[in-house]
Amino acid sequence: MTAPTIEKSDVTKRLRAVGAAREFGILIALLLVILAATVANPNFLFSSDGWRDLLLTPSILVLLAVGQAIVIITRNVDLSVGSVLGLSAYLTGRLFIDLQGIPMVAVFLIVIVFGGLLGLVNGALVAFAKVPSLVITLGTLYAYRGINVLWTGSDRVNASDLPKEFLALGTGQILFIPILTIIALAVLVVAGWVMKNTRAGREFYAIGSDPAAAELYGLRVTRRLLTAFVLSGALAGLGGVLYAARYGTISSQAGSGWELDAVGAAVIGGVAIFGGSGTVWGAALGGVLLLTINRALPILGIPDFWQRAVVGVLIIGAIVLDRILAIRQKRKLLEAREDES
Amino acid sequence: MFQKKHRAGALAALAVSVALLATGCAVDSGSGSSEGDGGGDGDLSITFVPKNLGNPYFDTSSTGAKEAIEEFGGTFAEVGPAEATPDAQVSYINTLTQQGVGAMAVSANDPEAICDALNEARDAGVKVVTFDSDTNPDCRDLFINQATAEGIAKVQVDLIADQIGGAGEIAILSASANATNQNAWIATMEEYLASDYPDITLVDTVYGDDDDQTSFDKTAALLQTHPDLKGIISPTTVGIAAAARYLSTSEYKGKVALTGLGTPNQMREYVEDGTVTSFALWNPADLGYLASYAAKALIEGDITGEEGDSFDAGKLGEFEVGADGVVLLGDPFVFDADNIGDFDF
Repeated sequence: MTAPTIEKSDVTKRLRAVGAAREFGILIALLLVILAATVANPNFLFSSDGWRDLLLTPSILVLLAVGQAIVIITRNVDLSVGSVLGLSAYLTGRLFIDLQGIPMVAVFLIVIVFGGLLGLVNGALVAFAKVPSLVITLGTLYAYRGINVLWTGSDRVNASDLPKEFLALGTGQILFIPILTIIALAVLVVAGWVMKNTRAGREFYAIGSDPAAAELYGLRVTRRLLTAFVLSGALAGLGGVLYAARYGTISSQAGSGWELDAVGAAVIGGVAIFGGSGTVWGAALGGVLLLTINRALPILGIPDFWQRAVVGVLIIGAIVLDRILAIRQKRKLLEAREDES
Repeated sequence: MFQKKHRAGALAALAVSVALLATGCAVDSGSGSSEGDGGGDGDLSITFVPKNLGNPYFDTSSTGAKEAIEEFGGTFAEVGPAEATPDAQVSYINTLTQQGVGAMAVSANDPEAICDALNEARDAGVKVVTFDSDTNPDCRDLFINQATAEGIAKVQVDLIADQIGGAGEIAILSASANATNQNAWIATMEEYLASDYPDITLVDTVYGDDDDQTSFDKTAALLQTHPDLKGIISPTTVGIAAAARYLSTSEYKGKVALTGLGTPNQMREYVEDGTVTSFALWNPADLGYLASYAAKALIEGDITGEEGDSFDAGKLGEFEVGADGVVLLGDPFVFDADNIGDFDF
């Protein structure tokens, strides 16, 4: 069936322009940060380590941000992703230790499914018990971390326990692009396309814009919510495997605090916290910006103690700017509608 | 997975009970035969109570203890809880008191919680040595201290100075900004650097929060921020492993030296691939060895735990009891490519 063609009015064109401008703005900010850091220290971009870290460091967060964006677009939030990532990373290590010689592909599949199941628990509780996702995933954030602590104890997975070729994945490059970045980009492109062009993708937006209307209209809200949370969990699971490959050491606290980075990335990237608007591309760019700022600050000579405060100020700044732009845009849209009529 | 863990737990519990039975037997026969010797040397059965069983660190200390006790013909045993919780050791200590062992060597999970149990044991004539982690001084006869703050700070500075040729920029990758131990060591390191290595400049101290990923990213930032950096000291086991992991795949591998406090299992990979030349920690085997000889000296009445007492500790030489009944093992042990294969903790 062909998608019904809606005549593009001035209003929808402007709406699209707003979204594009948002992402363009983050891209400009990102480039400015990279430029400033490179001027201060050319190694930031032009050394082989600098180039690699620039692409590699945000890769895992990009996966989480994509999952988080999909969940937030449905007017929910998934705070458990940090704990899901930690559990998945430890599972990855255990699989390699307990099942010597297990193929890497099997590990990827098992852990992604495992992450998806943890996400399914979140989704089921949200969709069937009708409890706000903020509360549910706050609960599973602690519960999953608790299971992790119980399971891991004071033990940890060391780099020497993991196969060399798996660790090589964490830093390896194909044509100067790190493998982790390629994986993250592939996920991003697929998610971006699905969210923009498919019926399923658009329904996420519809549910987030007005859950009650979506229900009345006959959208399968429960099924879409489950899908969103399973996706977020599975992406956190994939993030866990990549975390293990990159960092090599996994303790019971792996990935703690990442949920806030993921939500922060989505918000900075222009995904409205009340759902219904924003893109996974924006969220991914937000994640890259967040971590690149983090890495640029020490190079710009800002002392360690101040770095977190600066990041916080930047997040608030981004949101305030966003709000101002949104209000101005709304006024313009209203004017445009009056002009048309 | 969890099923498996449970089974492992059950196995461990079984192993503990078997070990308990075994020590019971050993203690009985031990006391019987030592009566027969009639040398008045006392009962040389020494039981180790680590923080928890199945911990590679304490497995290593017990290996050292066993070696020492075999040397002087005593009986070695080990009991302990599966989880390192504050009061978990109490029941084991009480059992040992009833069995009337010669001495127990305890690594305390809590300085207060096991005090009463230990004092009951001492009233019943059992000598109590703490090692690795102390109780309050009035609950034990001796504490075997693995290293002093000065010793820990000094060995790390000496190692980095040796590796960078005594001159250049170094940085410190610490745990959290308010970690008491690390801050004390860093302060001592700064003094020692100023007095003994004027050509070495400490350019930065960053905090990895004892988190793998944070420490990893902080290492990357350090290397980029200070292009002339020659070396990094990381006085925390998490930090040094994360820094080594970053360095091992970086263009700075072999150009920027890294040392600090690490465990052999975490660092093996990086010592073998040449990222790290040497790092320090105390040797838990020596710690167990020394604790055993200290227990022997107490049982035989050679020492009472007073300051200034001295005793012989086999291959480690003579040791003297310091203030508060503390015996210092000595300088931290340096691990390098030649000896790392001998350790598993």
